[in-house]
Amino acid sequence: MSFFEALHIDKNFTGHTALSDVSIHIPEGSIYGLLGPNGAGKTTLIRIINKITAPDKGHLKFMGKNYTRNDLLHIGYLPEERGLYKKMKVGEQALYLSQLKGLTKSDAMKKLKHWFTKFEMIDWWNKKVEELSKGMAQKVQFIITVLHEPKLLIFDEPFSGFDPVNASMLKKEVLELKNKGTTIIFSTHDMASVEELCDHITLIDRSRSILEGKMDDIKAQYKSNSYELEFEGDPESLKKQLKGNFELIDLVPLQEEKSRAKIHLTDSGKGNDLLKLAINGVRVNAFREVLPTMNEIFIQAVNENKTHSKNE
Amino acid sequence: MTILGPLLFAAFMILPVWLTQLEDSGVKTIGIAEFDKDFQPISTDLSKFKNVLQENENLKFDYLNHIEYDGIESLIEHTEYYGILVLYHNLLEQKEGEVELFVRKQPSMGTELYIKQSLENFIYDRNLLKINLSPDEISALKPSIILKTNKYDKGEFKEQKLVDLKRGIGYAAGFLIYFFIFFFGAQVMRGVVEEKTNRIIEVIISSVRPFQLMMGKILGIALVALTQFIAWIILTVGIYQFALSYYITDKMPAQNQEMVSENSMGNSNEISANMGISENGSEIMNIMGLLNTGEYLYMLGIFLFYFIAGYLLYGAMFAAIGSAVDSETDTQQFMLPVTIPLILSIFVMINAITNPEGQLVFWFSLIPFTSPVVMMARIPFQPPLEEVILSMALLIITFLIITWLAAKIYRTGILMYGKKISYRELFKWLRYKD
Repeated sequence: MSFFEALHIDKNFTGHTALSDVSIHIPEGSIYGLLGPNGAGKTTLIRIINKITAPDKGHLKFMGKNYTRNDLLHIGYLPEERGLYKKMKVGEQALYLSQLKGLTKSDAMKKLKHWFTKFEMIDWWNKKVEELSKGMAQKVQFIITVLHEPKLLIFDEPFSGFDPVNASMLKKEVLELKNKGTTIIFSTHDMASVEELCDHITLIDRSRSILEGKMDDIKAQYKSNSYELEFEGDPESLKKQLKGNFELIDLVPLQEEKSRAKIHLTDSGKGNDLLKLAINGVRVNAFREVLPTMNEIFIQAVNENKTHSKNE
Repeated sequence: MTILGPLLFAAFMILPVWLTQLEDSGVKTIGIAEFDKDFQPISTDLSKFKNVLQENENLKFDYLNHIEYDGIESLIEHTEYYGILVLYHNLLEQKEGEVELFVRKQPSMGTELYIKQSLENFIYDRNLLKINLSPDEISALKPSIILKTNKYDKGEFKEQKLVDLKRGIGYAAGFLIYFFIFFFGAQVMRGVVEEKTNRIIEVIISSVRPFQLMMGKILGIALVALTQFIAWIILTVGIYQFALSYYITDKMPAQNQEMVSENSMGNSNEISANMGISENGSEIMNIMGLLNTGEYLYMLGIFLFYFIAGYLLYGAMFAAIGSAVDSETDTQQFMLPVTIPLILSIFVMINAITNPEGQLVFWFSLIPFTSPVVMMARIPFQPPLEEVILSMALLIITFLIITWLAAKIYRTGILMYGKKISYRELFKWLRYKD
């Protein structure tokens, strides 16, 4: 059973369709990547999950039950376009916003002290937000989002605007939250961090979900059945070995005697067989299956969807 | 603003009095000369005019015997005379005539009037004396009329007292409501624009409903405003009293004093005594004490209702405008439909001061967009209760409808960025379901 489900969601604005029959199933304790090109409908879906807008059709389930407004207390949301009241003091504002999420004042105070100490920003407490740098303000926002220990966290481009040091610190925090059992929806264009963090994804394009599932499964689905081989020796003697099911698609000479080859296996070809053949010709230094990156999958899926919808 | 506001208000009340004082504070000397019809000087003793044109602390007269008509120009240019008053021979013996005043600067209306009236009064009295009336008889002939207006209301006539005071209170109340709506309505709008451009809006509405946020903003600012308002009243009265005790104690316009003495026979005298205001303190405060407490409470109650309901109505509209734009500079195009009825209501209210029971005022005191201001001008004259209730009911109903519509615009608007919003677009938003 999924921890959070959105089933057959439709949402239309006058003139255009934002979401059409989109379903997502988020397993408990996962980091769920919500991917898609700009304008695909991700933000609308996130807003529906936050009950900022209501879907025209479809329904949402949270921990097996109908999703209600009260459940919002268990959600933490860090929007892509995020801000704070500029004239308000950091601490005051953090207290206020966490009380909106149902924390008592003393509880919020205790937790804020903990986080502010952890992020070494306790001196900012009495500063006005306008005195903070962008990165500092982002940290405050992150803390406010996670402070009430929500069961479901929604991060929309959480790392944008961070320097690499702070971004990696934040990634560590996100993984820590996951280890504590928090389920996380993670929307981003940064495919590298998707590879790093996500275990499930859905890809939304042109208001439809065109790809959903475990990241490993999706990678397997998109793999081209090719292998990469690094070897020492004469490339010609390798070529001689490759017959029938094996097709050399790329050969890059490296320094000295070394080269790297990319070999595609047709239908019945097996990795082990390829390795056996290669050993006969050259000295193999490294051998691995080529898996598509999320970046490649993203582009391929979106392009396929484009031609597909054109043909319709 | 907390300190500045009361200072400004007190200044508004004191400044006119102070300015008139300032203007007349310098002693002006006017030379008087007399000529015959051919502009030849007449060599009589001009001090006979001493009784005609009496000197006061601001105006002194100098009697210039034997000056040439042509010499006036150089007198004006080279001497300190404020002006030269030229009389023609036998003026005082005639019924009508012309006098001329030569000046460098336009004199105040008061100075002109003083000269004209002094001459007229003197000639009038002189003429009466000519028909053998003694000065006592003359003053006994001067009429004094008090017009008491009695208004028919529910089967009986009621004497209308203190009409000017009531007009003043109505006007002040209407103006306050107008100011309050504009100032704090704009603050609601700015607040909404700020939340939107700050992008904090999305964080907040993932916790509370947009409607809650909008109403919270409107009510929150109303409470801030009321607090500030009360502080203002206290400070304004304080500063006014303080300034009064320093500057104006002995200078209240005579007219007000008359009003006080005239009415002090009424039962309301004790109220002013109870208020503990010293006799030569604030005369205005004394006059205020002349209305009875019941009237005050009634007016205050009505005032508070229109004050709050009017603000809420406009506050919702201002919030909707704020939500529809990306920055404060874009608010202009939507401000017009909101400001026009407000400004209109001020004009109607001013009209109501001279004609509080006219058709125009009647209708505009029912229209909810103008009634909060316009009704203030009617209330002191006890309009029929059913009309007041009708006006209030209309205002409440309109407030509910407008808030409902504003919430729809607001809900869509706060999440809409980088789009030039037209009125058509706004109407579209009204039709969105959620």
